[in-house]
Amino acid sequence: MSDLLNQAERLLESAKGTEEIEIYVSSGVETEVRAYQGEIENLSSASSSGIGIRVLVDGASGAQVGTAWAGSLDDEAMRDALREARDNVRFASEDEFVALARPDGVDAVALSLRDESVLTTPLDEKIAMAIELERRVRDGDARIRQVDCANYSDYVAEAAIVSSTGIRASYARSGACLSVEAIASDGGGDQTGWGLSAGRAPGELDLELAANDAITRATRMLGAVKPSSMRCTAVFDPRTAATLLAIIGGALSGDAVVRGRSFFANRVGEMVASPLFSLLDDPTDSRHFAASSHDGEGLACRRNVLISNGQLQGFVYDTYSARRAGTASTGSALRGGIAGSPSAGCRALQLEPGGEDQATILKNVGYGVYVESIMGVHSGVNPISGDFSVGVTGLMIRDGQLAEPVRELTVASTLQRMLLDLSHVGNDVEWLPGSAAGQTLAIDGIAVSGS
Amino acid sequence: MSTQLADSDVLQRTIDEALSRGGEFAEVFVEDRATSSAMLDQRRVEQLSSGRDRGAGIRVVIGETTGFAHTADLSEKGLLSAARAAAAVAREGGDGVREVALERLRNYPSSAEIEPSDVEKSKKIEMLLQADDVARSEGSSITQVQVALGDSTRRFVVANSEGVFASDHQVRTRFNVACIATGDTGMQTGYRPIAATRGFELLNPDVIEEAARGAARQAITKLEARPAPSGDLPVVLASGSGGILFHEACGHGLEADAIMKQASVYAGKVGQQVASPLVTLVDDGTVAGEWGYLAIDDEGHESSRNVLIENGVLTDYMWDYLRARKEGRRGSANGRRQSYQYLPMVRMTNTYLLEGESDADEIVAQTPYGVYVAQLGGGQVNTATGDFVFGMTAAFLIEDGKITAPLRDCNLIGNGPEILQRVDAVGRDFSMMPGTCGKDGQQVPVGCGQATMRLSAITIGGAAA
Repeated sequence: MSDLLNQAERLLESAKGTEEIEIYVSSGVETEVRAYQGEIENLSSASSSGIGIRVLVDGASGAQVGTAWAGSLDDEAMRDALREARDNVRFASEDEFVALARPDGVDAVALSLRDESVLTTPLDEKIAMAIELERRVRDGDARIRQVDCANYSDYVAEAAIVSSTGIRASYARSGACLSVEAIASDGGGDQTGWGLSAGRAPGELDLELAANDAITRATRMLGAVKPSSMRCTAVFDPRTAATLLAIIGGALSGDAVVRGRSFFANRVGEMVASPLFSLLDDPTDSRHFAASSHDGEGLACRRNVLISNGQLQGFVYDTYSARRAGTASTGSALRGGIAGSPSAGCRALQLEPGGEDQATILKNVGYGVYVESIMGVHSGVNPISGDFSVGVTGLMIRDGQLAEPVRELTVASTLQRMLLDLSHVGNDVEWLPGSAAGQTLAIDGIAVSGS
Repeated sequence: MSTQLADSDVLQRTIDEALSRGGEFAEVFVEDRATSSAMLDQRRVEQLSSGRDRGAGIRVVIGETTGFAHTADLSEKGLLSAARAAAAVAREGGDGVREVALERLRNYPSSAEIEPSDVEKSKKIEMLLQADDVARSEGSSITQVQVALGDSTRRFVVANSEGVFASDHQVRTRFNVACIATGDTGMQTGYRPIAATRGFELLNPDVIEEAARGAARQAITKLEARPAPSGDLPVVLASGSGGILFHEACGHGLEADAIMKQASVYAGKVGQQVASPLVTLVDDGTVAGEWGYLAIDDEGHESSRNVLIENGVLTDYMWDYLRARKEGRRGSANGRRQSYQYLPMVRMTNTYLLEGESDADEIVAQTPYGVYVAQLGGGQVNTATGDFVFGMTAAFLIEDGKITAPLRDCNLIGNGPEILQRVDAVGRDFSMMPGTCGKDGQQVPVGCGQATMRLSAITIGGAAA
């Protein structure tokens, strides 16, 4: 671990000049096993590392920034990247808000996010898990016709950030995941279902859970029909609810706000959602798979309340967006790997649990559509205008219970309306890989488009 | 960039090492990619970024199993160590005597006229500023303009145990304009991409102006947009981006990996009528300059033009080398990978519908009521069920055969085999559009295209009552 930090510091030392410099280095190892028909289909093992460099030069009306990256940590690649970043600086506009992060006195919460057993578990055990997962799904129900993919994957990733402004941070995390897609058939047509189990280490994975999830989701969709168009309540399961929350999180990014690309801009203090809706971004909660001690600029991550009982409280900021908004960073810089520059964003969203379990919500909703999977988020959701339209598979809700399966329908509204039309929040929080945890949510007045 | 990515003797020894524990096929793929990007946001040149990624991916096939490893260390030591990691799937251990002979390298040079590395960075900034100027001149309701320029120079050499030894040099350039217009109804967006497998000869003041104007007008027009209808309606897809329909409705379902796992609704249907007789669909990596153009695929095989559906009849699937080999047939050069860090799999290149005989204006005029989609924004499919969506980012109502009110963004949803039967008119105004296709976590550039065409009905996922 400290190797990476030392390496970053050595480079920073050698780069000393008149400019400000930030160096981000990362390295990781990963394993992926895909099983098919009782055998290993693919086995990949890989290690990768890289560097991202930002150089800032002060000018009369602000700083200029140039960046460069390289997919390796050899000396030549790092020197080339530094030279390119220095060259790129000259062409950027001077911008009074551009600055590197500076230590802000907030101490990082100590989190234990890296489990060594990812590295010490024998490869044979990982292979056996993938093969067993495939077998359990294939043999779990006579209607399972095919297991399209059954995967075991894991990783350990580390990163270090140092800068000429005094940042010195390093962090690490591990993860392991089982995922499986089942295809069920009843002769009339095929349906699919995904199963998932995630943890920080192989020992935390639940084969039975992942297998049953895939089987249940695929088989209960058999015989699905296209419903007629209507307006009704949509109940989102925890996984699809997490997708919704992540989209809403995007509009709560300080970066989107200062650039005028968020429908939440200028609305702090207003009721933007149902009073049932309390959303926070808390990377210091180690239950969240995306938890992290530090953000992408090396500041301590912290708990940020975004919406409280429907009232908009604020946004998440990195250094740039905070300066532009006249506030301080909330330790919320995200970085899309070595090639990405830091930008403000939600890392670990969670919605305060409501008082009802899923069965109670269904009972109280009475009639509607239960949304089990969503497709077309990137093509049908416009986070700037708020227009929302996605393809769905799921089940009808009749008499307060799950009824016949439905497919080839869309659900549509606007994100602004959906927040206000939220009528139930579940207590069934599911921690998922990705930037949001999810729980059952009911939203009224959704336009369902079918036949 | 140096001219030599890897020495043939070293590649040969790497392949030998990969097969030393057994296995019938080994491949080494060495890649060097240089990218640069520049972004203008609200007239600020936010940053120029340059990146370099070099490394090798090695795979070994043993029976039904593929072992894969990659490394950024291109020394002989690094390659041999990755070869051993890839060979770790060989459990029993082989005889270690197999030797591979690599003969003459087949080298495919870049056809770029202006290499990105020869373009002054200041010239790139001028292009960004021009687009911003043009977009803002379209009206005061344009409140934001974001312009991005990117280029990539990708060189690779691929060698395998069957003697394939080839290298390619791919230069790609893209330029995107995104605008936001603000009005009483809130914000609306407009977007135009320009992208090709070409150098900077792609970009000149005229094409930049057209893209910027198009993006700005699209955003302004949408300020007046009403919620799209819901339910089934006839839909006319404008020439170009409508090709996404075929990419999603059947393209992914015709990829041999889905076919061989019986995870596609099109499995076992070669020779059958799967679409309207107006549909002749081609996947064609040879269309020079298009975004999905390849001289060779990432397994080293020369790209080709493959007819997938002819007059509605399914003629063939798309293949990568390994799956074709298993079936004992010719591949179709559809083996692609995002980078050396990924295994190749079956991917589309440029997928397009051949022209028909109708006049584009007539197709609209003969549609009493429906939706005209001027631009599509992407899509997604479940190949096992055939259900797919694609999003409209610029659309209008058709009333009495005329294009009328603009509509807000939404998805359209359908089932591939059903929708393909509903193509009831195809025009003569063919054009192509660039896109990025994601599959199993890998992104590759693809083209799609068609002439103006109509579906007799498809479900519009709008929010209107």
